[in-house]
Amino acid sequence: MARRTINVDVLARVEGEGALRLVVDGAVLREAELRIFEPPRFFEAFLRGRSYTEVPDITARICGICPVAYQMSAVHAMEDALGIVISPAVRELRRLLYCGEWIESHVLHMYMLHAPDFLGYDGAVEMAADHPGIVQTGLAIKKVGNAILKLLGGREIHPVNVRVGGFYRVPAKRELGSLRDDLKRALEASLGTVKLVAGFEFPDCERDYDLVALGEAGEYPFNAGRVVSNKGLSITPAEYDAHFEEYHVKRSNALHSRHVGAGAYLTGPLARYSLNAALLSPLAQQAAKEAGLGPTCANPFRSIVIRAVEVVYALDEALRVIDAYEPPDRPYADAPLRAGIGYACTEAPRGMLYHRYEIAEDGSILDAKIVPPTSQNLPSIEDDLRSFAPGWLSETNDRLRHLCEQTIRNHDPCISCATHFLKVEVVRV
Amino acid sequence: MSDPPRRLVVGIGNPDRGDDGAGRLVARLLRGRLAADVRIEACLGGAAELIELLREADVAVLADAMVSGAEPGTIRRFDCAAGGVVPGPGGASSHGLGVAQAVGLARALGCLPAVCVVFAVEGADFAPGAPVSPPVAAAAEEAARRIAAELAGKLR
Repeated sequence: MARRTINVDVLARVEGEGALRLVVDGAVLREAELRIFEPPRFFEAFLRGRSYTEVPDITARICGICPVAYQMSAVHAMEDALGIVISPAVRELRRLLYCGEWIESHVLHMYMLHAPDFLGYDGAVEMAADHPGIVQTGLAIKKVGNAILKLLGGREIHPVNVRVGGFYRVPAKRELGSLRDDLKRALEASLGTVKLVAGFEFPDCERDYDLVALGEAGEYPFNAGRVVSNKGLSITPAEYDAHFEEYHVKRSNALHSRHVGAGAYLTGPLARYSLNAALLSPLAQQAAKEAGLGPTCANPFRSIVIRAVEVVYALDEALRVIDAYEPPDRPYADAPLRAGIGYACTEAPRGMLYHRYEIAEDGSILDAKIVPPTSQNLPSIEDDLRSFAPGWLSETNDRLRHLCEQTIRNHDPCISCATHFLKVEVVRV
Repeated sequence: MSDPPRRLVVGIGNPDRGDDGAGRLVARLLRGRLAADVRIEACLGGAAELIELLREADVAVLADAMVSGAEPGTIRRFDCAAGGVVPGPGGASSHGLGVAQAVGLARALGCLPAVCVVFAVEGADFAPGAPVSPPVAAAAEEAARRIAAELAGKLR
């Protein structure tokens, strides 16, 4: 039997630069490796010596798609180190800001990167020629996410209004009210998105994942909760390092992560939904039910359906926050400086994002550790390929390559954040 | 009487990445030199952001940096509305959905301005924190002069 090597030199429609190499020996898959060649970025190293106040603005620069996630994990970790207790209104505004980012990021991934896989196009531009209405809808929903970030964060990318303890400036109630009509229209459109993506054809691929997300917070998770799993884990973010470890693999500039004693695990929409579905708003729960989702989901190809449901939730939740909003007396809380270590996990669109900082008595950063969701997911993405690709070996190289790329895109990997992606190589012998 | 055309200039790029700031520099140089009706915007060049700007224009001039292997400071003019295709990077990630994709999407969606011209300036140094290099800054001035002349003339 001939050995086939399939190389995808630059993986398309993923965040950042990476490559995939598959080696197929007759009817056996010998190798499935993701190579991450986007250069390392050394954020953790150059945070050392900077002031604790700078961390939300510096870490926001790790990603242009999910800067809010970096800001949120950063400020919560610093508040943990300094013993700062944020006001309920600030907590609500942070949920609203996160809603904006989930809407922007999920819609970009669903409409521009992932939907073309299911509808049979090379990309969004080709898809737009035949389905302009679909793309217009996506752009319209995304615009509302941008509007939230601009109003609350000061600008649409890399917001500048987030500080340790809260915000530099909080909006007046009427300012938030100005978003209401657009949010309601987008919410209506987002229900259509769920119907659209639920109608896609999904390969019958399920795996027994170790799903890890925030949970047990009494709310669908953004900024609060314990780190929980479908295998019984329940720890605080401060205990993360005792349960999860990063390790280097030669082919990757992004560190990989494993659950100590258990191996690969998965964060992101599948984990979040499977551990928290009952906490979605009634409207989002109804949309999930109508889309055919059960209480849990272990088919990564259906992640697009969960993202669509999470967009419904984010729009619904944004409206809830806006309607209930009363501005706080002070835009931020503070506390005297002290030496300490702070920990936080929040839910970035792609999954759980862990930050840990050690600060000195003067507030300068002594040590920083940032574990993005894609680093945590890389081993599971490779396991998906090893698990699913053997069933596709009779396919042509082009079809096999496409299915493997789609397998990777299911997880919306942000390689830029994780290094921090993609090129696919298939070797058949 | 029909409404006057909505005219737009967009400077595209990252001002903190050396010559990638060329497009933004062009937009800055044009401030105060164009008729009052011309809207001047600056953006990082994300497709979704750019398409929202294009949607609201009848005449659009985009200024951006390019890497084509030409001499640094070389200026190229693409007429997108006439079918010109802006060369873009292959293998688009959502970080890489840029001007080419924005123009392609706008064309597919029927919202490409009737006039859409791209002035691209060849860059040389894209180091983080670096200023726009002298030959590229000089070319930005020349591109600004040509854009101002077009907006005062055939794009009026």
